Amino acid sequence: MLDTELLSRIQFAVNISFHILFPTITIAMCWFLVFFKLRFDQTGDAVWMRAYRFWVKIFALTFALGVVSGVTMSFQFGTNWPGFMEKVGNIAGPLLGYEVLTAFFLEATFLGVMLFGIKRVPAKVHTLATIIVALGTTLSAFWILSLNSWMHTPTGFEMRDGVAFPLDWWAIIFNPSFPYRFTHVLLASGLTASFLMAGISALRILNGDDKRAPKLTLKVSLTAAMMLAPLQIFVGDLHGLNTLQHQPAKIAAMEGVWHTEQGAPLLLFALPNTATQSNDFEIAIPKLASLILTHQLDGEIKGLTDFEHHPPVTPIFFSFRIMVATGMLMIIVAWLARYKLYKQERHQQPMPTWLLKVLVMMSFSGWVATLAGWYVTEIGRQPYLVSGVLTVKEAVTDIAATNVGISLLLYIVVYAVLLIAYLSTLLVMAMRAVEIEEINEQEHQPRGQSKYAKHRLATDVTTEEQANV
Amino acid sequence: MFDQNTLAIIFAGLMALSVLLYAILDGYDLGVGMLLPLDNQKDSDSMIASIGPFWDANETWLVLAIGLLLIAFPSAHSMILKALYLPTVLMLIGLILRGVAFDFRAKAAFSHKPTWDKAFKAGSFLAASAQGYMLGMYVMGFEQSLISIVFALISALGVSAAYCFIGAAWLVMKTEHSLQQRAIRYAKRMLVISFVGICLVSVTNLLIDTSIYQRWLSTSLSLLLLIPTVVIAMYIYAWRQLVRLDNNVSTGIEAAPFLACMVIFSLSFVGLAISFYPYIVPNQLTIWQSVAAAESLNFLLYGAMVVIPSIVAYTVFSYWVFWGKVEDLRYY
Repeated sequence: MLDTELLSRIQFAVNISFHILFPTITIAMCWFLVFFKLRFDQTGDAVWMRAYRFWVKIFALTFALGVVSGVTMSFQFGTNWPGFMEKVGNIAGPLLGYEVLTAFFLEATFLGVMLFGIKRVPAKVHTLATIIVALGTTLSAFWILSLNSWMHTPTGFEMRDGVAFPLDWWAIIFNPSFPYRFTHVLLASGLTASFLMAGISALRILNGDDKRAPKLTLKVSLTAAMMLAPLQIFVGDLHGLNTLQHQPAKIAAMEGVWHTEQGAPLLLFALPNTATQSNDFEIAIPKLASLILTHQLDGEIKGLTDFEHHPPVTPIFFSFRIMVATGMLMIIVAWLARYKLYKQERHQQPMPTWLLKVLVMMSFSGWVATLAGWYVTEIGRQPYLVSGVLTVKEAVTDIAATNVGISLLLYIVVYAVLLIAYLSTLLVMAMRAVEIEEINEQEHQPRGQSKYAKHRLATDVTTEEQANV
Repeated sequence: MFDQNTLAIIFAGLMALSVLLYAILDGYDLGVGMLLPLDNQKDSDSMIASIGPFWDANETWLVLAIGLLLIAFPSAHSMILKALYLPTVLMLIGLILRGVAFDFRAKAAFSHKPTWDKAFKAGSFLAASAQGYMLGMYVMGFEQSLISIVFALISALGVSAAYCFIGAAWLVMKTEHSLQQRAIRYAKRMLVISFVGICLVSVTNLLIDTSIYQRWLSTSLSLLLLIPTVVIAMYIYAWRQLVRLDNNVSTGIEAAPFLACMVIFSLSFVGLAISFYPYIVPNQLTIWQSVAAAESLNFLLYGAMVVIPSIVAYTVFSYWVFWGKVEDLRYY
């Protein structure tokens, strides 16, 4: 029988896994939208506005899913994990409070102007609203990742009568793992958004869309992916070294090191066996793990058996490999596709169809890597909720398991329906865009003079919009 | 640096303000959602366009309110939400449906649009009635008896009606022609139902607890009777304006019912706050017993003193941008 603790953990995992799918797209996608708008304002070339108009619809839908699934998260601290706020609420509270005050209102309010105000405010104000929404989403990531990082590497506090009190807010916000995690997550968002944009652009091209906009967004997104993917590997490595310093048990689980070793091999594949405390079917490169982590061939890596508490090995071990493999694949595909695109532009060699198909298949590769990465780091903190301060077991609620079971079931059903609806809607939107005739005139006249323009330009109402009403 | 007792009052005040703003702001857009006609695409589009730019920011007041409860009064937060676990989940599911249906209805395959409209309406109703149920249970001190549950269900209907009332009043202000005419009729109907609801909650509130009864009727505080008097006056004023608007739009003030609603919501809320102060969990926990550490609250308060005025400023900006009658529904 499932107890309240396990059900609450599953519920939180379901909620947060569903939630992260959407912010990880929108955080970076909004900066792409800013880029499109700035390019339009600069060049006046309508193709940038069309790119903006297509992607802002996907952005709005994704953002809405992120908002509603995020609201449920804020309730679960109290309903399912009261011990969390009782023990570390003095730290977590203000960080969450600042997220709501500085980020949520900002992005929500200017999103209204961004989505509905394009005809009501001057073009410059609209671009500014887009920039503010992008800043808001990034700021929101800043605060929540600061809190999450503090839960991994808590600093700047003292315990009095079993309750954490803040001593140094600077040390709390910029705790040791925060700069690495924040950068890693922002880059992950950049990659997720890039591959989604590349994938959907490729899908439109494959379906016979020969307009300029999808070609342009393919180029922009592949250029971004080409730059971000190697950077991510570099930052990920730094993040790993930081983890080795602060949470060595997590690293031991990631690398599948059961017993302390000098010159630990890099395991490409293995089946960790908890019963025998060893790995079955190892495929390994000798000494490479030590080299990567300690920069010495014979560097020592502390094994799992030498820790008083260590997290479960198998999920971390495999999630880590899934994340790294996806990352590697992203580099290869991004570089190859960007190179072929260059050849297409320079030498009129058309982009191979198979490569476009690969890009379509990689549309959601960012989700795979992001989820796998989060599973590594969050499961890697077990059995603690806040490293060394509070265990998961201590924080759980005492409400009846039946109630948690009911709520979990409701969430699973709703989220499953929404995920299917989201994916099929993206498909519908991409296919609809293929059909629409391109209109060659200006889409949106930048207008600095009149606040309430009574008459729209005839060209403003595109078939695309009519299709949406 | 404020001391802990002062901070308890400041944060209770901030939280109360957030709840009130939430009830008014998300109240009108949940109300519009509940009134959505399923057989008239054009009106549905206009109604949704009227709340489009605002709903997300409106819902953020709920996140702030619940966040302040969590941050400033953590033990009250877990006590209240544990007692209201399932209604909370239902409310969240309602808010999820409402929030996503808004976007899906415009973007999914055409054949699915009516389904998302239904989800929008049902989600709005689920969220509103769950909130009403929670309010009812709160007033009854979370007692799990048949009487409390019946009362909470009545309160669910009352709050839904009140949200429909303010939603209809919003539409009277923001729309024109036949939709406005329909909104006027809705508003009149919902005005009556919500009035009965508010009376029921107020009377029950007085009867369940003698100290609340005494607080309201003792001679020294008879000034407090001003609150119910003004509420009733506002109801009469809103009714008369609605009757005028119904006869001929040009003879009434289109914004009057909405403004009257705002006053009614505010005073009803102040009334509840007077009944329960200083308790944050009725008869169990006061704000001073549950307040968090002073160093944390001061740290947040410094920021809030800068941030909240700017939130107010850009919220005003956003309402200014979208001032006037709603145009045809246009996405982006």
